[in-house]
Amino acid sequence: MKNSPPILQVRNVTKDFGGVRAVDRCTLSVTPGTITGLIGPNGAGKTTLFNLVSGALAPTSGRILFEGQVISGLRPHQTFARGLIRTFQIPRELKRMTVLENLMLVPARQSGERLWSTWLTPWNVAREERRIQAQALDVLELVNLAHLANELAGNLSGGQKKLLELARTLMADPKMVLLDEPGAGINRTLLRDLSTNIVRASVERNVTFLIIEHDMRFVMTMCDPVIVMANGSVISEGTPSAIQRDPQVLEAYLGGRISGPA
Amino acid sequence: MDISGVIDYLIGFAIMAMIYAVFALGLNVHWGFTGLFNIGIAGFFALGAYTAALLTSPPPDPDQFEDFIFGGNLANQGLLDLGVDAWFFLGLAAAALVCGLVALIIGTITLRLNDDYLSIATLGIAESVRFFFLNEKWAANGSKGLYRIPKFLGDVVAPENYDYLYVVVALVILLILFAAVQRAVRSPWGRVLRAIREDEVTTAASGKNVFHFKLQSFVFGAMIMGIGGALFAHHVRFLSPLTFDPLLATFVIWAMLMVGGSGNNLGAVLGAFVVWGVWAGTQFLPGVFSDPSFRLLMIGVIIVAIMLLRPGGLLGEWRRIVASRPASAAVRDSTDPG
Repeated sequence: MKNSPPILQVRNVTKDFGGVRAVDRCTLSVTPGTITGLIGPNGAGKTTLFNLVSGALAPTSGRILFEGQVISGLRPHQTFARGLIRTFQIPRELKRMTVLENLMLVPARQSGERLWSTWLTPWNVAREERRIQAQALDVLELVNLAHLANELAGNLSGGQKKLLELARTLMADPKMVLLDEPGAGINRTLLRDLSTNIVRASVERNVTFLIIEHDMRFVMTMCDPVIVMANGSVISEGTPSAIQRDPQVLEAYLGGRISGPA
Repeated sequence: MDISGVIDYLIGFAIMAMIYAVFALGLNVHWGFTGLFNIGIAGFFALGAYTAALLTSPPPDPDQFEDFIFGGNLANQGLLDLGVDAWFFLGLAAAALVCGLVALIIGTITLRLNDDYLSIATLGIAESVRFFFLNEKWAANGSKGLYRIPKFLGDVVAPENYDYLYVVVALVILLILFAAVQRAVRSPWGRVLRAIREDEVTTAASGKNVFHFKLQSFVFGAMIMGIGGALFAHHVRFLSPLTFDPLLATFVIWAMLMVGGSGNNLGAVLGAFVVWGVWAGTQFLPGVFSDPSFRLLMIGVIIVAIMLLRPGGLLGEWRRIVASRPASAAVRDSTDPG
C-alpha cells in the first residue's frame, strides 16, 4: 500500500486573496487507503487548501492531481463526480429541509433529478426514492441521528450538525473524503463513535481520508501520516510520534519565528 | 342584484383568480422552491399574452391599423389551417415556448452570477417588453393595443355563455399545471431546487450542477407564466402595453405567493384567490374606499398582517414526514437507558 501512487497530489500550489497569500507553494501527497491528518496553527491555510482541492476556489498557481489527473480548476460538482467529497468546518446544513432530505440529496445520478422523468417515469423515481431513503435511514442510525430524521436540519444542535456533515459523506460512496474539523463541538463519546465510523469506512470501503483537526488526541490516535502546515506551506510530515518530536512543528505551535522580513 | 348576476360576477372573479394562480405557481417554482428573485413577472406575462394574441387574432382591418403589419394572422392566413380553436392551444404552447426561450437567454447570462443580477435582468426585461410593444407599432399596434382577440370555441358558444366555458378551460389548465409542478417539486428534482434555495455551496459540494438546475427552474417557471399570459389574453380579449404595469402584473403576484405560502403550491393558489378577492372586493366599498390607491393599500396591509402573524403564509411550506422504522426505535431504546 505504501508504494502505490498517491491518490491526491498538490504540486506547488499558491492561493492569493488580494495581498494575503493563504497558501504558499504548498506541495503534499496523500497515499490511498490512509487516514491522513492535516494540522497546523490557525491561519496556516488548511481550510483554503480544502477549498482548492474540492474546487470551491481555483489556485492562483500550481496544480492539483487526483488519481493522476489534473483537477485544479474543476468546479465542486465536478470534483464530486471524480469521487472527492468534503465537509465544512462550520456546518452548512440545508436549514429548511429535513435531516433525511439533507442526506437524500447526495446520491449521484438520481433519475428523478431529470424534470421529464418525474412526469414520464414516476414509478422508476419512486422505486429509487425508496432505496435512497432506506440508505439514508441506515446512515442516520450509524451517526445516531435516526430519531431526528423528520426534524428540520436548522433545528439541530451544533454537534448534531457536525454529525450530519459526516453523514453526507457516507451517502456519497466517495474515493476520498476531506473532513474539516469533524471533532469540534462533539462530545467524547460521540467522537469515539465517529472515529470508529471513519476507520470502518477506511478499511471496509477503502476510502481515503484527509482530516483537518485540532484535537491532538484524535489526530495522534487516528491519523498516520500527519502533515503539518504553517504560513501556507507544509513544514513537516511523518508518523504522529515523529511529528510530536519535530522542533519545527513545536516552534510553529508554540509561537516561533515570524517568517519573512518583519 | 339578482342571483344570476352574482353568479356571473363570481364566475368572472374565479377566472381571473385562476389565471393569477397560474402565475403564482410559476413564481413559486422560481422563488418558493429555488430562491430565484424574479421581479419582472410582467415581462413574461406580456410576452405570453401577446404571443397568443398575435397568433390567433383576425387579420387587422387596414382602415384602423395603418401601421400594423404583423398582427395576427397565422391562424387566419391559411398558413396552418386548423381553425381558430386549435390555434388557441398552439398559442398557449407558443406562449410557453417564447417565454421559455427568453428565460433561457436571460438565465444563461445571469444565473452564474450573484443573485442580484437575475433580479435586475428580470426587471429590465419586463420594462423592455412593455416599451417594445408600446413603440414598435408594426408589431402589435402600439398603445392602441390589440383587440378582437378571439374566444376559444367562439363559434359554438353564445357570447353570454362564454365565461361559463372559459372558467372550465382555466380550471382544467390550472389543474394540469398544478399537478405537473407538484410532481416536479416533490421529486428529487425539486429537492435539488430547495437545496439550492437553502445553500448553493452545500448543493454543489453534494455533486449537483447548481447552474443547470437554476436554469431549468427559471425556464420552467417562465413557461408557466407564459401560459398564464395566454389564458389572460383570451379572457380579457384586449391587450395594450398599459395592461402590464409592474403593479398588477408583478407586485400583486408576489403578494399572492407571500400571503398563500411560499414553497407550497396549494398556498400559491389560495393566495391568488385571497389577494384577488381583496382587490376585487374592495371596489364595492363606499366612497373613497373604492379608490384604487386605497384598494392597493389594503393588499399592503394584508401582507404586513401575514408577515407578522403567519410569516410562512396561510399555508406554510410542506414537509415530507417519513415513518420511522421499528428497527431504529429498537436501537434507540437499547442505547438510551432513560
